[in-house]
Amino acid sequence: MRERQAVQQARRAREFEAFVAGAAGRLLHAATLLTGERPGADPRARALLTGALATTYASWDRLRGEDPYDRTRTALVVRFARSAWRRPRAHEGPLARLSPQERLVLVLRLYEGVAEEQAAALLGLPVERVRALSARAVAAVLRPPRGPAPSPAQPPAAPTALGKAAPS
Amino acid sequence: MSQQERREAAVRRLLDAGGPAPVPHDLHTDAVRRGAVLLRRRTVLRRLGWLLLLAAVLAFAVWAADAQPWTEPPSRTTPPLTRW
Repeated sequence: MRERQAVQQARRAREFEAFVAGAAGRLLHAATLLTGERPGADPRARALLTGALATTYASWDRLRGEDPYDRTRTALVVRFARSAWRRPRAHEGPLARLSPQERLVLVLRLYEGVAEEQAAALLGLPVERVRALSARAVAAVLRPPRGPAPSPAQPPAAPTALGKAAPS
Repeated sequence: MSQQERREAAVRRLLDAGGPAPVPHDLHTDAVRRGAVLLRRRTVLRRLGWLLLLAAVLAFAVWAADAQPWTEPPSRTTPPLTRW
């Protein structure tokens, strides 16, 4: 009994480490897009991802063929959605001007390539709403509204400069 | 390619910029530590639940053996027949 447990634990640790090595970079990038932090200075994205990965680790033996990446992404999205109402605005990154919900839709649909129906089910929204949010978010990202806006040709650089000015 | 698809492709390129982030070393360790805590807590809760169930079953068995609710209670309405 004890021996079997040890074997199972070792197997879980090995598989989980391989999974993290393969998936964490992409998931962390998605998390920084959601939180609107700069890569490298992203404590909130890291905390979100650590929590999501911990739930995946805890349920690793009961996945039964389910994709651990999908499960971690779901946990990440749920955690972000739950914490987003406290900090509605992002400061940096290409999605800095969007609301948390628009960021969620954009990251799920375009960065992760999740189908509209699945994204809607995950966020608990009607499909039409997801479509509308996505269209609005795309428009907002491609056409900065006013002010010393960055030209659409090089949007990733300019919002960073804006974000740096904001907190000081 | 429609207008909308082209715009979505542009946003996708924007989101992909920077590529997968370099993952800090302690992320895996932290996740495993917290995951193990979750797992342990779940095990303890499960054991507690089983223990509670066992205690309930035992208590019921003891009560049933004592009270014997399946036997017919002695009648109290009819007075005992003593004289003919």
